[in-house]
Amino acid sequence: MRHIISLLMENESGALSRVSGLFSARGYNIESLTVAATEDPTLSRMTIVTAGSDEVIEQIIKQLNKLIDVVKVLDLNDGKFIERELMLVKVKATGAFREEMKRMCDIFRGRIIDVADGSFTIELTGSGTKLDAFIESLDKAAILETVRTGASGIGRGDRILKV
Amino acid sequence: MANTQKITGADIVIRCLEQEKVKFVFGYPGGAVLHIYDAIYNQDYFKHILVRHEQAAVHAADAFSRATGEVGVALVTSGPGATNAITGIATAYMDSIPLVVISGQVPVPAIGLDAFQEVDMVGVTRPCVKHNFLVKDVKDIALTMKKAFHIARTGRPGPVVVDIPKDITAHLSEFIYPDTVEMRSYNPVTKGHSGQIKKAVKLLLEAKRPMVYTGGGVVLGDASEALVKLVRALGVPVTNTLMGLGGYPSTDPQFVGMLGMHGTYEANMAMQDCDVLLAVGARFDDRVIGNPKHFFNKSRTIIHIDIDPSSISKRVKVDVPIVGDVKSVLAEMNELVAAENPKQSSALKAWWAQIDSWRSKLCLDYDNSNGLIKPQYVIQKLWEVTKGEAYVTSDVGQHQMWAAQYYKFDKPRRWINSGGLGTMGVGLPYAMGCQFADPTAQVACVTGEGSIQMNIQELSTCKQYHLPIKVILLNNRYLGMVRQWQEFFYENRYSESYMDSLPDFVKLAESYGHVGMQITQPGDVEGALKEAFAMKSRFVFMDFITDQKENVFPMIEAGKGLSEMILANDIGAEDL
Repeated sequence: MRHIISLLMENESGALSRVSGLFSARGYNIESLTVAATEDPTLSRMTIVTAGSDEVIEQIIKQLNKLIDVVKVLDLNDGKFIERELMLVKVKATGAFREEMKRMCDIFRGRIIDVADGSFTIELTGSGTKLDAFIESLDKAAILETVRTGASGIGRGDRILKV
Repeated sequence: MANTQKITGADIVIRCLEQEKVKFVFGYPGGAVLHIYDAIYNQDYFKHILVRHEQAAVHAADAFSRATGEVGVALVTSGPGATNAITGIATAYMDSIPLVVISGQVPVPAIGLDAFQEVDMVGVTRPCVKHNFLVKDVKDIALTMKKAFHIARTGRPGPVVVDIPKDITAHLSEFIYPDTVEMRSYNPVTKGHSGQIKKAVKLLLEAKRPMVYTGGGVVLGDASEALVKLVRALGVPVTNTLMGLGGYPSTDPQFVGMLGMHGTYEANMAMQDCDVLLAVGARFDDRVIGNPKHFFNKSRTIIHIDIDPSSISKRVKVDVPIVGDVKSVLAEMNELVAAENPKQSSALKAWWAQIDSWRSKLCLDYDNSNGLIKPQYVIQKLWEVTKGEAYVTSDVGQHQMWAAQYYKFDKPRRWINSGGLGTMGVGLPYAMGCQFADPTAQVACVTGEGSIQMNIQELSTCKQYHLPIKVILLNNRYLGMVRQWQEFFYENRYSESYMDSLPDFVKLAESYGHVGMQITQPGDVEGALKEAFAMKSRFVFMDFITDQKENVFPMIEAGKGLSEMILANDIGAEDL
């Protein structure tokens, strides 16, 4: 099953490699991993999307907790949560396609953030499945380039991950 | 600890080691650690032991720790010095041994420029350390060292690497060594959950076929006394893993021997058949329970005490997990058991009768009549001659298993071997670490002619420091364990397992200034051992020419279950 794991760790050089190294060394799967400093610059927050049986996920959580730099770990799937991912897509936009692209972007509540002679760059935020749906709705030949951040997640309401 | 006078980073390193009451540093000098070695020249807080290869420095520090419980310390230079240390670090990591390994690094401005003798030590060691640090400012050395010792010795212990660039060791700073260290990200749990502990005791008291299985955690956690008390109060059988030997006295009637791939028939059968299993500081690894599926062909309730939550329910699903320091959890269990004052139930009597019938198979008996020296016999005589009180180190292979099976360890921290990583070459440096830890003790290094050659250069270190170690070489002219597997599973195709062109070990030992002996007759074994151990101030290298085709029994094939053992008498002598 797909799980989203959030963690807080000391914002030190090499911290990311400890996490990614753990996943590769133990053969755990990483769908995506995002990391950036929090409002407290000594802490980084990471969101890892992974998949595995309950036993594997339990081991992943335990192994993450075992890393000396890791302060807190939360399996967002243990409760209610929200996830968002940002995608930038550069698409062909010429002639009649320009209007069609604009419409498609509006339907998905994306924003065009760069306009050039033959192309648009669209910014789209949402769950991973929404971003997938947008890609699928486009003509493959129209897609010039895509970049995705991977999911970030946060617990709903009182579920707070903080030191 | 404040001292307003500024001193060099190298002196700070020395003062940190002094504050940690380090007695021995095992190391090898080189360019990046020259400032530190200069500081060592001018101090008398600790003794530096010059090894002949960095791998041996880490192994010796590791054994010093295994023998004493203190943090072992090794010091190596950057680049090749650091990479030579890796096998030692990985060995300590797999067996949870607390070490601080200080490595030199190229100067900060040169890092990342492929400088001479540069290697990314933090990157290279990351998968085989508990934690590591690169210190980039002289002001951070003291706090980093404090953290390194704290992390190494607390929780589930392990090696910590501190990588220090050369320029930092020349820079000046005040020396302030913190008394304590607080880390928001690292606070290991030591006290077990009392509800779980109560549940565990109840299960054990009500069990019909209880069994206790303990590992290296009991030895490392100094919980041997508490374990003995609990096992005796409950009147239950107990087995130790390879790493756990000595955690419970081997000569005690409640001890059923080591379990696992080369464990006793009675220990493995009792593991498979018990209804309540108490696992203490052990991790159900593949060499211990074999195939987990087969293990679960019989149902049992498992209680697991471990300091490391990730060891619990890793390979085997546990019913009553207890995270905590094994010594404190066992002490709590002892109080609860004492209050109940248990009497031996009829079910427990029947269970012991079953165990005794398994014992009557005499699975460790061997045929000692063909006129050749049997390796098992050498170990039995070693146990007798040393009165069971020696520190016994081993390398890896058949001799390791025979030492574990036939030397009866009654005390913890006396059996020193590489269980997790299975590192050939540890035996001699391990013996050095033990002899430094306990200078007047008898130290025996049980080894093979393959393993001993992996760190043979340390004969020189042993001479320099007058270490009266006794090397017990079980020389069968084969990589015996490899040969045994080739015999069983590869139709006797002994691919590259024959040890040809061996040195004359007697002359080799003599060339280093030691005493060498070669023993070829079974009748000479005991006398030779007595003669060697009587030379209390000499290093004696004993080359025992043993039966080439002897195999280790019992044996469970990799991937098979605990009750699927091959016993020595299942195979006719003509097959061997």
